[in-house]
Amino acid sequence: MHRIAIVGGGTGGTVLANRLANELQPELESGEVEVRLITADRDHVYKPTFLYVPFGKKTVDDARRPIEDLVDRRVSLTIGEVTGVDTDTKKLTFADSSILAYDQLVLATGASLDPEAVPGLAEGGHHFYGPEGAEALRDDLAEFTEGHLVLSVVGVPHMCPAAPVEFTLMVDDWLRERGRREDVDITYTYPINRAHGLQSIADWATDLFEERDIDFETFFNVDEIDPDAEVIQTVEGSEMDYDLLVAIPPHAGSDLVTDAGLGEDGWVDVDKHTLEATNAEDVYAIGDIADVPTSKAGSVAHYEAGVVADRLASRARGTVPTATYDGKTVCFLEAGMDEATFIEFSYGEEPFVREPSKPLHWAKLGYNESYWLTARGLL
Amino acid sequence: MTEITEPDVTIDSKDATCPGPLMDLIGKVKTLDQGTVVELQTTERNSTTDVPEWLEKAGHDLLEIEEHDDHWNIYIEVN
Ligand SMILES: Cc1cc2nc3c(=O)[nH]c(=O)nc-3n(C[C@H](O)[C@H](O)[C@H](O)COP(=O)(O)OP(=O)(O)OC[C@H]3O[C@@H](n4cnc5c(N)ncnc54)[C@H](O)[C@@H]3O)c2cc1C
Repeated sequence: MHRIAIVGGGTGGTVLANRLANELQPELESGEVEVRLITADRDHVYKPTFLYVPFGKKTVDDARRPIEDLVDRRVSLTIGEVTGVDTDTKKLTFADSSILAYDQLVLATGASLDPEAVPGLAEGGHHFYGPEGAEALRDDLAEFTEGHLVLSVVGVPHMCPAAPVEFTLMVDDWLRERGRREDVDITYTYPINRAHGLQSIADWATDLFEERDIDFETFFNVDEIDPDAEVIQTVEGSEMDYDLLVAIPPHAGSDLVTDAGLGEDGWVDVDKHTLEATNAEDVYAIGDIADVPTSKAGSVAHYEAGVVADRLASRARGTVPTATYDGKTVCFLEAGMDEATFIEFSYGEEPFVREPSKPLHWAKLGYNESYWLTARGLL
Repeated sequence: MTEITEPDVTIDSKDATCPGPLMDLIGKVKTLDQGTVVELQTTERNSTTDVPEWLEKAGHDLLEIEEHDDHWNIYIEVN
């Protein structure tokens, strides 16, 4: 039997498992192939929901569904944490010391948050990148009526490069709706010499920030935070006071990857078109854990899953895989509480940012609802 | 090579796209002592303008930018 193991039941792993269930239906039914999805959490989490939690528009429960309900019944599901990958003997080790052999492996373990990497950040900063952070921010934001709100992008790369700009534009609008904007100063900070990594988004955001009286600081790399004095110190030697700090924390890959020799810094080194690991045979990586030159976004995980499903299916059937990923990335961007824009680009392309509109905002909310069909492999 | 271009630390950011090389440099410089000479290897043309701009802002010295066939070596002294 040809054994395909997928580690991680987030966006990438779930879409991939369901795609394979379709593509390899006859082989799965005859028992020639096994597709096994291994994931640490019983629930699948749709992280884009967290952007709406601080504003009371969604709850963290809206972001979760049991993984069992999303995965095709032809996929074998294991709930467990993988603690070791041996790419020579082609075996996975679990936290309970059990072992699983594979013929082809896909890592889709995502990115994790590492606020501890910056002194004072965990104590002094809020974030909306995880369930507890988003809820704590919601509670403090509800009581925040005056002072200096700082949105600081501390870690690059991070999940969803658009989210910090979206949050800043949304909080501006939300405070206006509540009649509080005049009592709150808003500052957005970014580590490089413009407001975003992509020039066209930086230009778009800079114009909107100026229009909406949002200050922004560039070349702002947070070195440490004094949570008692409520001061941010930067590597560049500047200081900024805050009353409410919303920070995008540094992100980390996985020790699993480093220990397996698949990538020195915790992200899997892959060929950006085939998504095959550079340092091992029969290993792929998709989603945030894969080191490819585009955004850490769900749409990327989704398109990569489609490509890798084709490649795995070809290999399982003994044919030569030909599907490749061209870097396609699609993002909706909220420009306030009721308007949004949309971008689409591939490797090496600069996206074109459309004029924000209400229909695009509703399209983003609609997509968020239909996401559960995407995860099932239906969209 | 001149004496100036004998680095204490080399950062290989070849093939990383913008702003990867600059972020690699910023992350590393944070951990280095004054006087350390760093060589940043980059294939990203933007680094040849972004890096000097950041050095100016952060108060470190640009020693030299060396152009090779397929990449640049940017030499920096930490202040
Ligand atoms: C606030 C926010 C807003 C966002 N908005 C958008 C958006 O609008 N559009 C967009 O495209 N993207 C957005 N994203 C990014 C998107 O959520 C991620 O890029 C996407 O989830 C990546 O999918 P993934 O499969 O790589 O990882 P994940 O979805 O993070 O899943 C990883 C899975 O691996 C499991 N796992 C990890 N380690 C192990 C292990 N050792 N053993 C077993 N299982 C393991 C985890 O339990 C988890 O289930 C947003 C992210 C955030 C935080």
